[in-house]
Amino acid sequence: MKKIVLMGNPNVGKSVVFSRLTGARVVSSNYPGTTVDYTHGRTCLGEEPYEIIDAPGTYSLAPTCKAEEVACDMFSEGDVVLNVIDATNLERNLLLTLELLETGKPLIIALNLWDEAKTTGISIDYHALSDLLGVPVIPTVALSGEGIKELVDNIGYARPGTRLDLTCDEEKWQKIGCIIKEVQKVRHRHPTPLDRLATASIRPVTGIPMAIGILLLLFWMVRFIGEGLITYIFNPLFDLYLPVITGFSDWLGPGILQELLIGRLFDGEIDFVQSLGLLTTGLYVPLAMVLPYIIAFYLMLALLEDSGYLPRLSTLSDTVFHRIGLHGYGIVPLFLGLGCNVPGVLATRNLETRKQRFIAATLVCISVPCMAQTAMIFGVLGPYGMGYIAIVFVTLLTVYLSTGLVLNRIMKGISPEICLEIPPYRIPEPGIIAKKTWMRIRAFLIEAIPYLFLGVLMVNVLYLVGFLDWIGALFAPVISGLLGLPPDAATALLAGFLRKDLAVGMLLPLGMTPQQLVIAITVLTIYFPCVATFAVLFRELGIRDLAKATAIMIGVSLLAGTLLKLILIGV
Amino acid sequence: MGIPISELPRHKTARIIELVGGHEFQRKLRNLGIREGKIVRILADQPFGGPVVIEVDGRATTIGRGMARGVLVEPVE
Ligand SMILES: Nc1nc2c(ncn2[C@@H]2O[C@H](COP(=O)(O)OP(=O)(O)OP(=O)(O)O)[C@@H](O)[C@H]2O)c(=O)[nH]1
Ligand SMILES: [Mg+2]
Repeated sequence: MKKIVLMGNPNVGKSVVFSRLTGARVVSSNYPGTTVDYTHGRTCLGEEPYEIIDAPGTYSLAPTCKAEEVACDMFSEGDVVLNVIDATNLERNLLLTLELLETGKPLIIALNLWDEAKTTGISIDYHALSDLLGVPVIPTVALSGEGIKELVDNIGYARPGTRLDLTCDEEKWQKIGCIIKEVQKVRHRHPTPLDRLATASIRPVTGIPMAIGILLLLFWMVRFIGEGLITYIFNPLFDLYLPVITGFSDWLGPGILQELLIGRLFDGEIDFVQSLGLLTTGLYVPLAMVLPYIIAFYLMLALLEDSGYLPRLSTLSDTVFHRIGLHGYGIVPLFLGLGCNVPGVLATRNLETRKQRFIAATLVCISVPCMAQTAMIFGVLGPYGMGYIAIVFVTLLTVYLSTGLVLNRIMKGISPEICLEIPPYRIPEPGIIAKKTWMRIRAFLIEAIPYLFLGVLMVNVLYLVGFLDWIGALFAPVISGLLGLPPDAATALLAGFLRKDLAVGMLLPLGMTPQQLVIAITVLTIYFPCVATFAVLFRELGIRDLAKATAIMIGVSLLAGTLLKLILIGV
Repeated sequence: MGIPISELPRHKTARIIELVGGHEFQRKLRNLGIREGKIVRILADQPFGGPVVIEVDGRATTIGRGMARGVLVEPVE
């Protein structure tokens, strides 16, 4: 089967074109570096089946970061290249096109963002462009699907194109200059009020207050939507479920099955949070406590991503990230990590050096709680007031910054400066937002529920065989001595390997004071990533750096936990 | 003789005359459309040695201050 690989600069719409061609869902967002890995898809063009590959964006065939390396690897695998280019930015995009032509692979060009080119007063004679390059050029609007049919009809006509025999970059730029002169006309446009607002959002004096406002608004929206969903949808559903499961529990009667499926009873009643049975806590935690916040968070994240605000936030926060050995792009792994640490770690592929990737990935694992965990933190600490929740997050922020500062000092290697394209603001497309949010929610459901079941099962089995008491006794010096927690908290820390949300929930039946809860939750966040993140960390960092990162996590968690104990509880 | 773009007053337009730095540095900027002969404008200037945001061909790009020092420009009217 022939392979078609999508190549193009970052943020030109490759992933949207890919979704259009294959019907497969991939994430697209309005900032460079959304796609960091390849995705295979299939489609039939006429009679012939084709394999289509969505690759990360790259500015040239000489990669400058891991994501670009992936793109270049995929390029060499492809039989046909579908070069997606940004019609609003033709000149810059043509450099890669010339490089692609030089390789002699069959090529076809999708001149994407054709709608935006029109509205910004850019007109391109694509027939002339096609003649000059010797390959088909099809204008497309991936978002609406316009031109996709023509693109599909023409893929068979992809061909190697004109050999231009340009030896150095200098000559290439000259050639590009000639091409642009011949095919493109730009109508001068006066800045609109919207343009002025766009500029204001990136200037420190106006941009920083705006950023604070936007972040507060997002936070408030996540809480508002999350709590709304819990109060009006999920809790009423579980109220209906309670009599059913209670009946089932009575029917089972005491015994091992009841222990596993229903869990412990409190005064003969089921407690959805504390019973720890598969059909009680195993369902309630992911569905009624975590899912509502996941929905709310990913909805807001999608709006943030698709509007194009993230690169602005990167620019405004660059100075801070620079101190910890990263640059402004570090905000992307941080924000994605707030949803789930796995994509957070993967996003570090856009950073240029090993040092930056190590610091960024380690910091995500150390002090960025994923949304599932955050939801549980709010659920568990919420009743004691926002103050305790604030202590946890301020501690995590302090840990993030101070660990970063130290790592930046002691690690060898360089931290290049930011060099980031700022895309125009775009109005998020409701259909894309809905699809993207659903994709992420589905991923959560598919991954969280089995792991949670496994976690609940493991805790129950280990409890029955007495292993947990043994673990509790083993770690008592650290858990009780150093951190001032009941020995049973060791069990929760153990469960945290599987799912951190479950682990936070398991702290509840231990009857701890809010101060102890704060310490336990903070340590739980820092000490180790969950298995899913750990596996990705292994793949991204390699075994040696993984070992280093793990040592840092354990060390920092003990340090932070001990300090918190001294501050909150005293000696 | 040009001045570094980091010293260009805001709203002034200028023409890039030279990129001073290593091969990698020059390539990186040129790939982003920042190259000799282009008309540029400073859109924003972050404090405390932070990056500058410049506009070339209607597209904004954020570059670190160190890099900006290597972009020599001459003001145009
Ligand atoms: N108006 C308009 N927007 C588009 C079009 N195609 C894509 N977009 C938007 O452009 C942004 C970038 O799209 P992606 O598909 O993520 O771009 P990409 O090339 O895959 O980007 P990377 O994976 O970062 O390299 C998204 O916000 C899309 O919704 C188009 O034809 N018209
Ligand atoms: Mg993509």
